[in-house]
Amino acid sequence: MNKITQKELKVSAIENGTVIDHIPSDKVFQVIRILGLDKMLNQITFGMNLESKKLGKKGIIKVSNTYFEKDEIRKISIAAPHATLIIIKNFEVIEKKKIDLPDEFEGIVKCFNPKCITNHQKVMQHFKVMDKENLVLQCHYCEKFTKKENIEFL
Amino acid sequence: MKNKSLISIHDLSKEEIYEILDLAEKFEQKPKQRILRDYIVATLFFEPSTRTRLSFESAANQLGARIIGFSDASNSSVQKGESLKDTIMTVSLYSDIIVMRHPIEGSARLASEVSDVPIINAGDGANQHPTQCLLDLYSIRKTQGTLDNLNIALVGDLKYGRTVHSLVEAMCKFNATFHLVSPDILKLPSSVKQHIKDAHLKYEQYTDLEDVTDKVDILYMTRIQRERFSEPMEYERVKNAYILHNNMLDNSKPNLRVLHPMPRVNEINEDVDCNPKAYYFQQALNGVYVRQALLSNMLGVEPENK
Ligand SMILES: [Zn+2]
Repeated sequence: MNKITQKELKVSAIENGTVIDHIPSDKVFQVIRILGLDKMLNQITFGMNLESKKLGKKGIIKVSNTYFEKDEIRKISIAAPHATLIIIKNFEVIEKKKIDLPDEFEGIVKCFNPKCITNHQKVMQHFKVMDKENLVLQCHYCEKFTKKENIEFL
Repeated sequence: MKNKSLISIHDLSKEEIYEILDLAEKFEQKPKQRILRDYIVATLFFEPSTRTRLSFESAANQLGARIIGFSDASNSSVQKGESLKDTIMTVSLYSDIIVMRHPIEGSARLASEVSDVPIINAGDGANQHPTQCLLDLYSIRKTQGTLDNLNIALVGDLKYGRTVHSLVEAMCKFNATFHLVSPDILKLPSSVKQHIKDAHLKYEQYTDLEDVTDKVDILYMTRIQRERFSEPMEYERVKNAYILHNNMLDNSKPNLRVLHPMPRVNEINEDVDCNPKAYYFQQALNGVYVRQALLSNMLGVEPENK
């Protein structure tokens, strides 16, 4: 086992599944919630306030026997824009990918504007990502901005 | 723009704006021409706005179109809980173009996504009212001969005024210099100021109306609403500071014109009405020409005097 893998296994190794690494520590519970991991029956381990060169302190979540779909990865990208996804099969790292915020996406979060049509009728939310660094979303419908501190997941 | 909807002023390029304004001039030269006699225009006013509706209906009538619709949602199927989507899908089967006003922001964009016919947004809450913006641009060009390099003062409620925000953003395409006159609590929001900065244009903020009257080409007045103030005393203190009187225009530039989106309450004193620099009634009439231009353009019908 190389050094990197050993470090990743600090929380506990998984045979098959996904590791979500480089989550800001304060976002770990949010990621758990939006992915519905709190209702999942598979083995899940997570850690917070682990040392990280990039983030200072980071969080990590390991989910056994689960590989996330596009929509779920998108959710992670909004809650934790700099996270890394590590796909593990037979204790081996098969793939490691940085997840990126899309330029535009549907659903996932609520428009912050209470007068927006998406908060009044059955309409799928639709946002353009205006600022990836500071996470500023513009609603396709009401044109108002939803900022990082106001993001509420559906 | 045939078969395209008009939802937001941001949807229009500079070229498309000029195209509409040029076409509106044709209708100013010849307002009555029955080129839309085979068309049905639906005017759906989910919230009442008599001025805007009459302007659209006058525009449609002068072109010979038939009009269907409602002026108030309270006695329509909407009141029975029908979704906006269903209303629009149904009406789009009965009409060739839909003009809609709705209190909820983003409603017009949604409508344009479910409708088979073009939608003209006649106001969606505090969001957009692009035909007002186009008639403002038409009036500015008409009175100044150009849209480029103008000094424009915006006066009154710059914080909540949707009309002001759209006009500022549109004039950013034309190298304007902005003079922003308002009480401190009704200043232009920073998000709108950002547009000015992004376009590398100049703006200055004032609290005194008399500081700008002599140096601008356009004086765009707006109403200050009592509801915007939590303190009634504060309203009483500022309300008279933003009233334009005729003598305040004594040293203004000869090309200055006074605009107002109407209705006014008392922010332009009636003694201004006789001043040749007062342009707000003509501005309202220009709205009819602009709406004629939009209806014909979006239906793909050319004026007789092209
Ligand atoms: Zn919205």
